[in-house]
Amino acid sequence: MAKYSININGQTHDVEAMEDMPLLWVLRDVVGLKGTKFGCGKALCGACTVHLNDNAVRSCSLPVSAVGEGRITTIEGLSKEGEHPIQQAWEKFVVPQCGYCQTGQIMNAAALIKRNPQPSEQEIEQSMQGNLCRCGTYNRIKAAIISVTSQPK
Amino acid sequence: MKHNSFLGKDNSLVEGRVFKVSRRDVLKAGALLAGGLVFGVGLVRCDSKKNEVTYLTPNVYLKIGSDGVVSIIAHRSEMGQGIRTSLPLIIADELGADWSSVKIVQAEGDVKYGDQNTDGSYSIRMFYKPMREAGAAARYLLIQVAAKRWHVPAEECDTENGSVTHKSTNRAINFGELVEEASGISVPPGEIKLKEQQNFKLIGKETPIVDLHDIVTGKAVFGADVDVKGLKVAVIARCPVVGGSVKSFKDGNAKKVPGVVGVYQVKGAGLPATLNKPLAGVAVVADNTWAAIKGRDLLEIEWEFGPNASYDSAKEIAELTKSISSKGVVRRNRGDFDKARKNAAKVIEHVYVAPHLAHATIEPPAALAIADKNSCEVWACTQNPQGARKVLSEVLEIPEDKVKVNVTLLGGAFGRKSKPDFIVEAAILAKESGHPVRVQWTREDDLHHDYFHSLSVQRTIATIGKDNKLSGWNHHIAYPTIGATANNSELQPSDGELGLGATDFPYDVPAVRIETHDAPSHLRVGWLRSVRNIPHVFAIGTMMDEIAEARGVDPITNALQLLGDDRQITFNGEILNGTYPNYGEDIANYPWETGRMKAVIERVAKESDWGRKLPKGSGLGFAAHKSFLTYVACVVEVQVNENKVTIPSVHYVVDCGVAVNVDRIKSQFEGGAQFTASLALKSAITFKDGRVQQNNFDGYQIIRMSESPKQIHVHIMDSDGKPTGVGEPPVPPFTPALCNAIYAAIGKRIYTLPIDLGA
Repeated sequence: MAKYSININGQTHDVEAMEDMPLLWVLRDVVGLKGTKFGCGKALCGACTVHLNDNAVRSCSLPVSAVGEGRITTIEGLSKEGEHPIQQAWEKFVVPQCGYCQTGQIMNAAALIKRNPQPSEQEIEQSMQGNLCRCGTYNRIKAAIISVTSQPK
Repeated sequence: MKHNSFLGKDNSLVEGRVFKVSRRDVLKAGALLAGGLVFGVGLVRCDSKKNEVTYLTPNVYLKIGSDGVVSIIAHRSEMGQGIRTSLPLIIADELGADWSSVKIVQAEGDVKYGDQNTDGSYSIRMFYKPMREAGAAARYLLIQVAAKRWHVPAEECDTENGSVTHKSTNRAINFGELVEEASGISVPPGEIKLKEQQNFKLIGKETPIVDLHDIVTGKAVFGADVDVKGLKVAVIARCPVVGGSVKSFKDGNAKKVPGVVGVYQVKGAGLPATLNKPLAGVAVVADNTWAAIKGRDLLEIEWEFGPNASYDSAKEIAELTKSISSKGVVRRNRGDFDKARKNAAKVIEHVYVAPHLAHATIEPPAALAIADKNSCEVWACTQNPQGARKVLSEVLEIPEDKVKVNVTLLGGAFGRKSKPDFIVEAAILAKESGHPVRVQWTREDDLHHDYFHSLSVQRTIATIGKDNKLSGWNHHIAYPTIGATANNSELQPSDGELGLGATDFPYDVPAVRIETHDAPSHLRVGWLRSVRNIPHVFAIGTMMDEIAEARGVDPITNALQLLGDDRQITFNGEILNGTYPNYGEDIANYPWETGRMKAVIERVAKESDWGRKLPKGSGLGFAAHKSFLTYVACVVEVQVNENKVTIPSVHYVVDCGVAVNVDRIKSQFEGGAQFTASLALKSAITFKDGRVQQNNFDGYQIIRMSESPKQIHVHIMDSDGKPTGVGEPPVPPFTPALCNAIYAAIGKRIYTLPIDLGA
């Protein structure tokens, strides 16, 4: 066990955890942030996606010891009450079905448009390729992202 | 030999599912709840003196407060189909509630709500009428009170946005002000008047799901998201072979992992594996999930694998492919197929093979339990809270009224979460450890220990007469039956399974013979979205395309011709030693109507611009199928490039009677195409030495965004017919339509799933 000071959603959290404990379980079991989901534990499905310094990472495969000084953003910190344009687009297109994978999808999409505000359809597909949705909401996800990127800036 | 039960008799948990007579009794109970309980109008006072709110509770689904708040109980489980929205909006529409302020309350498992087993595309079909009556009865009561207060005839009053209104005098009273007085009156029999369809405000429109904002902000609560004080997390090492047991085990170094608090053996059901009991294993209970996972890795377990240790699914396919060429047990017969074959001008015969499939919900099973020797409370992502309650009462040996089952949102289910095995695990461990315990399944656990959709081998023979008409249809079927999970001696498909697309072969052919073959089960077989329709319609739908080709007729014209005159089909006298279950409904109430099927087929031809010219390597494929009493026609467009399949467009036409929530019907079909594209193109579970060979999403693949069907157009037929479900019906016709499109594109027929063109 070791002690870590990690920055989550702009707040410093002092946590005690095994150094190989994935960030996912630190968030869910230690800090109590349940919006980040467990899907595969092997970075194959994207349900656990969070931001590390604004980049999308799979928290199920990122040991807490590797976070260091990095800024972690989870779905709870993406906006106060769902005001992020990606979240608003998700509501407009009624993207979710069961909803389980959607926080990971949203975090991945938010990182994409931050990095590349005008992605092509192919770039969207490539960027979202790591996020599985068993309900099959892919087309609405794509439409929602396109609606954000095509808005006049 | 018995063919008349869907499941082994010893399994009461699932007996009330789609195919059993007992379901009808439940259905009657559901109707009574809405119709009957309205006479026992209740008034409940809140304890708090400061803010005294009284409630009108005209039935179990509805509560109207004197503060004007309308609460509607969602008693079915939400797994992505939108039922927490679609059933409550029916009540709200009939009541005239203000939908934007309606509070949705999830019901716990309790028989007072009627059927809660959220399965079989049943919810809308079973509860459309009871929900309307529940809303309309409350509306009647509120109008009586307002009319009396205003001294106007009740007929002049209406309800709108949470108030009773009197249009000619421009008056309105909020429901809340009428609650107390309304509680004193009852609804005379026959007085409940339902709205005319043209007056619906919510039914037939597009209503966003009630959980939308919570989902996109991460606040939605799924199976693993409930926390209680002192909670521990358990991860279980289960015997990799079904029916095996723990011979011996040592903690190894598991208890040395920081945070591990205990190691417990979990007794399994053995064989039969059952549809509700856990598998044998050893559980590590810890302060957090990671410690439990790490602890599990360090256990030293010696297993007794039992009789399934040599199971090899590839060998099973080879054996069934051999045995299916013999005569089987005839399950449906019309005319004389042998004679049709003898006199045929052309005979087409093929064998179809499809693999085991896992549900692979992105949310793996998870449940939290608090239990002692007297009582138990659980929170779980369950499709069947009453079933869970019953089995918990049995296993813990406590009365059902001491068991409380709370239902969270389900992160996908598709039939997997009908089974309460994971909830039982949590309860057993909570009781034994003395801690509240959350059992968390990992992805590997989920893929290794699912209740699988079992592999199938089928042989179809079609004969075409000298008059160029389809003269005979012979369908041979073999797969490990669901019934075997509860009773290992079951080797043949049940009538219920065959009634999912095989024995209800609707085409007007003089000779029809459906035969089944023995197939022993070596795994836990369950049901996956649309169940046996998946293999049956893969074989039938692709064969129909070959029949069209052999007859020299366009596939859509072929289907319309073979359906014959507009008529109602009953299959009377043709099902041998059994019955046609018609998805649990009396065929007089829900007949098989060829005219409705032809109408969706004609429309899909129009909507998809069937027959249009496409570039080389592209093609359109068609299939149509009625399942769960919903009529669906489907056209898939494919492009095949260097043996890689892409799907630029899909057109669905659906006739599901009255469309309740149009947006969720569309989303079920959009998702249904994606879900089935996974099954057709990517997914397979294989067994060797009794063990599943796929571990995670690298081995068991599902479709990703770039490979997914691009434009999915969903066209809904206008109808005032009885509404039927849409959760499963998108699945069956998609695979054959896709296979037929591939044939149109590159001239290759598909007989084995998943499709492999050698890309």
